[in-house]
Formats: sequence, structure tokens, C-alpha cells
Amino acid sequence: MAQSAEMQARGTVDADEVRRFADIAAEWWDPDGKFAPLHRFNPVRLAYLRDALCERFGRSPRSMRPLEGLRLLDIGCGGGLIAEPLARMGATVTGVDAAERNIAVARAHAAEEGVEIDYRATTAESLAGAGEAFDAVIALEVVEHVADLALFLESCAALVRPGGAMALATLNRTPKSFLFAIVGAEYVMRWLPRGTHDWRKFPRPSEIAAVLGRAGLRLDDTAGMTYDPLSGDWRRSRDLSVNYMLFAVKD
Amino acid sequence: MAAGRMDCDVAVVGGGMAGLTLGCALAGAGVRVRVLEPQPVSAQTDPGFDGRTTAIAAGSRAVLEAVGAWPAMAADAQPILDIRVSDGHSPLFLHYDHRALGDGPMGHIVENRAIRRALADRLAALDPGALVEGVRIAAAERGARRAVLHAADGGQTSCRLVVAADGRRSAMRQEAGIRTAEWRYRQTGIVCTVEHARDHGGAAQERFLPAGPFAILPMTGRRSSIVWTERDDIAPAILALDEAGFAEELGLRFGDYLGDLRVVGPVFSYPLGLLHAETYVAARLALIGDAAHAIHPIAGQGLNIGLRDVAALAEVTVDTMRLGLDPGGAVALDRYERWRRPDNATMLAVTDGLNRLFSNDLAPLRTLRDAGLAAVNRAAPLKRLFMRHAMGLVGDLPRMIRGEAL
Repeated sequence: MAQSAEMQARGTVDADEVRRFADIAAEWWDPDGKFAPLHRFNPVRLAYLRDALCERFGRSPRSMRPLEGLRLLDIGCGGGLIAEPLARMGATVTGVDAAERNIAVARAHAAEEGVEIDYRATTAESLAGAGEAFDAVIALEVVEHVADLALFLESCAALVRPGGAMALATLNRTPKSFLFAIVGAEYVMRWLPRGTHDWRKFPRPSEIAAVLGRAGLRLDDTAGMTYDPLSGDWRRSRDLSVNYMLFAVKD
Repeated sequence: MAAGRMDCDVAVVGGGMAGLTLGCALAGAGVRVRVLEPQPVSAQTDPGFDGRTTAIAAGSRAVLEAVGAWPAMAADAQPILDIRVSDGHSPLFLHYDHRALGDGPMGHIVENRAIRRALADRLAALDPGALVEGVRIAAAERGARRAVLHAADGGQTSCRLVVAADGRRSAMRQEAGIRTAEWRYRQTGIVCTVEHARDHGGAAQERFLPAGPFAILPMTGRRSSIVWTERDDIAPAILALDEAGFAEELGLRFGDYLGDLRVVGPVFSYPLGLLHAETYVAARLALIGDAAHAIHPIAGQGLNIGLRDVAALAEVTVDTMRLGLDPGGAVALDRYERWRRPDNATMLAVTDGLNRLFSNDLAPLRTLRDAGLAAVNRAAPLKRLFMRHAMGLVGDLPRMIRGEAL
């Protein structure tokens, strides 16, 4: 954690946030464990990513490897729940997480599955400093946890090659999201440990778009991710008031 | 199969009609699939193996078209243009005419062996190695990441999802410890093919006789398939009759509206019963078709609901794999279970209820059900709904049944 504390001093990582996730990292991959809600949420997020990337890069979403050859960066990759499926879809994936333990879990799992992913315990800012560039930069459920939203988004934007794209998933700052994401998910359903989220840090789509615009990215699409309590499934919707995803492009 | 190890995404245990159709659907979408069947398909397409026919409802035809197997069986498919349902020899009957729906024939009658051959040929065309004949699975290990099937000859198949398509007495289901709810009807199904002097005009007949339903299903040419439900205590005597005696008993039930009758080929018989698996899924395992449910042939829906399982499981599997996710994982299997089990439970209850309602000769029930049939016959919207149900066109339909690409 000394390293994380040091990074926090000059970067966007919040040390308390990192510790909270590292403690439960080993459970990432148990579909019936603590992360069960995330496993249920995953298909709708992956479908959005795949469809947006296919549209941007002229691929067919009906292929078994629609992202063949694309170089993708997954920031805040956790145990690899998004990075592995992206690699199975054919992408060359770099997975980055500030927590060493998450990277250890993700590496071990990918090795067991025989999936090749370049996992690194580092941050967006370090990569940007090293001058790396990707076809798309993906950060799902990250921006609501970072200490400095603008600095984080600017670092991500710098990692997108011209013609490339960026995808984010996060929570909106609305009365409804307070009710659903904090009261509902943490207190009633207990999907997430209490204190996982700080509602005040949830960014509005307009706030993200404004920062990205200054960094040379144009907002291309947004979609809501809505939970249906009757079926227990998540679906894509137009309602951005709680969970939403955002796709931006660098022309 | 030579003793060795095969790797694939999905291993389908059982190369019957449901298993072969699933194999075609998955292979067509680029999934690495293996269909493991103990008997060579050539043995199963022999007329002595299975003389049964299947009523292919419109929804099932859409599935067979989607997997590309329909053209090869179309020449052997007799369109059903008309369905007449009657209670014994009562003058009141329910008459379904395809013109009332306005979407072509209500279904087709096809011999099972023609369906099997078309599916096996299609699967071989999609992936020459997909059908593995002569493999008997002795044991299955279903682990956290993969499942491994061990064949009796020592060969192994490693996959992410095992599909049990091994029929009513499914060994895969039993191995997984999935229990079933089942009961026998005190009825035997007698099946044979007849030739008749006059043309059937594409009309199917279902007669509710006191012993159980007696169906005459039009086949290509001047032939019809008989599905004759008989009481268990009478059936052995009928089956023991010589050719002339059997023909006479058959004629009493069939009537003379198609002229002289002649039984062609062997007469088959099998006990009738209902079976429903308590769950359709376990770790890395999904049940389809008769392995999940076996119903009374009263409404001719057995394979039709099996093909709905196939269409739903193929869609869940392909959607899951196109997202780089695990087709044998809990999220995918749960989606399949929630999609199919309630629908099948309804069909099981309806066919069971119909059989109980009609397989007797109690006067008050006769009056009630005759009034019911006549009422349904007059209520056009209700009749259309029943027809669309029987055609498999109602409910949350998989893409292949809606005629869309997988």
C-alpha cells in the first residue's frame, strides 16, 4: 500500500478505495460469491462495448471474434471480468489496476483459462507519461472512485490514438441514483459492501463530456443500464439517471 | 472414436433430432461443437429403427429452416391443411382450417428418419468432424472451468458446456443427480403407417376415443401415420393379433372415409408417461428435449417443445460466446432455465389435462367437453389463439423461431 499512497500523492488514485477492493479481490471470479451482481451486470456492459467498438471500427457483432486485432486498454480491470471476455472477442488487451493484488488475481485466472492479457499494476497517468496509445481505452466503474476526475480523464484521453475511442461506465448523481445505488444496492440488496460508493463523487454525463471535450474527445453515444427486478436481468435503456455508459471518439 | 482427447466449446450428448438440430445451430454460428452419439446415424435412418413421424409445427419448421436442414426434408414433408378434432363419433367437432390463420399450412408431417438424415447431412456439411458416432459416455466430470466427458473406449472430450440430449432416460441427467417428476398413463402408444385408396387432402384427424386419442396424420402420397392410444390392459391383445385381425381393429377406429386400408411396415408400441426434470441445468450442464421433459403425444408437441429448447439454448450460448463469456457459466445457464422451464411446464400441464379430460367415457364429462369443443369452434379469436399455440408461435420466442438469424 506504500506504493499506492505514494501514487495518490501525485496522481488520481484514492488509497482507501484501492484497499477496499483489494480485500475482496480473490472473490472476483466466483459467479455465486460477493461479485454475483457484477457477473449478472457484465453481459449488458460487454454488449454495449462490443456494439460501440464494432460500429466505430467497422466490425460485425455477430462474429465470434469481433474485436480481432484491436489494441484495448482496460483501466481499473479488477480481477479481469471485462479484460478476459474482450480478449476472447479477439482484442489484444492491456489490463491495468492500481491494486497489486487485483493484478495477481487477474493474472492467475487468465493463465488458468489460457487467455493472453498484458496485466500491469500501474495507473493511467504512468502509461500516459510513457507515451502509449490504444485503439480504445475502457474504464468501467472507475471514474466514480478516482480522487481527481479531470486529471484521470485527461490521462485516459491522452492514451487514445487519433481515430480511436474511449468507453466509460459509471453512476449518475441524481436523487434516483442515491436511492438505487446507495440505499438499494448497499443497504437493502447488500449487493455491495456499505461504503463502496460515495454518491457525491458520481459524475453527471455533462461533466464528463465537458472534460473530454477539452481533451479532444467528442461524445458519440450514451446509454442507460437498467435493472429489471422482476427478471433479475439488466438491459440497455435510455434512462441515464442511475447506471450509464458513455462512448467518446477522437477524430 | 479413437481413444484421444478432443477440445470443444459445447459437447452435445445424444444425436437424436434435438441434439442434431442444436449441433447444426451452433456449428453454423461458429461454435466448436461435438455431437456424441452411441449409434451410427445410418442405423437410425433404417425404417425398422423408428417408424414414427413427427408433426413439425410452424415454429419448429422455422428452426429447421434457420439451421439449413429443412430443404433436405421438404420433399418428405406433408403439409397439414386441415385439422379435425372430434369426441368419439359425436357429430360435434372442432375444425381448424389453415385459411383461418392465413399463414400457410399449420404444420407438416415428416418421418423421423427423414428428419434425422437431413440434420446429419447438414451437420456434416457445416463441420465434417462435428458428429462423432459410436461414442458411449461412461462418466462426466463437471468442474469449475471445464467439463470432461469420458467415453467407454477411453477417449475424452473436454468442453465448457455439456448438453444432455440423450432422451427420456438421460444418463447425463441421472449422473448429475437431477430428479424428475413422472408418472405413467395406463396407456400404450401404438404407431404404424397405412396406405389408403383415397387422397387425404392434407387433413389430420384427432379422435378422442374412450381409451385415449386416436390420430390420423397425413403423410406424403396416399399414406397416413397412425398414433393410436390404447389402454394398457387391451393393447397387448391388439398387438398380438395377426395382420388381418390388427387391420380389422384399426379399421373400426379409422373408418372408411379414405377407402381400403393396408398397414405398411412394422407396428411399434411404447408405454406413455409424463416426465419433467426438476431443473434443466446443473454446473456446466443443460438438458434439452426428452431429457428435460417427455409428454403425452395427444397434441403432437413433443419434438416441438424440444426444438424450442434448442432454439433458446442456441441463442443463449451464441449470445454469451459472442461477448467472450462462458457458455457453461451460471449466468447463461440460469437464463436458459428461466426461459424454457415455465413454458414447458404449461405445455405439460395442458397435454396432461387434455388426456385426463378426454380419455374416458363418462357421460357428464362427454357433454361438457363436447359443449366446450363446439364453443371453441364458434369463438374465432379463442380458436386462433389455440391454433397459434399449437403452431408454436406464442410467448417469448427465440430468434430462430421468429425466422431471424441466430
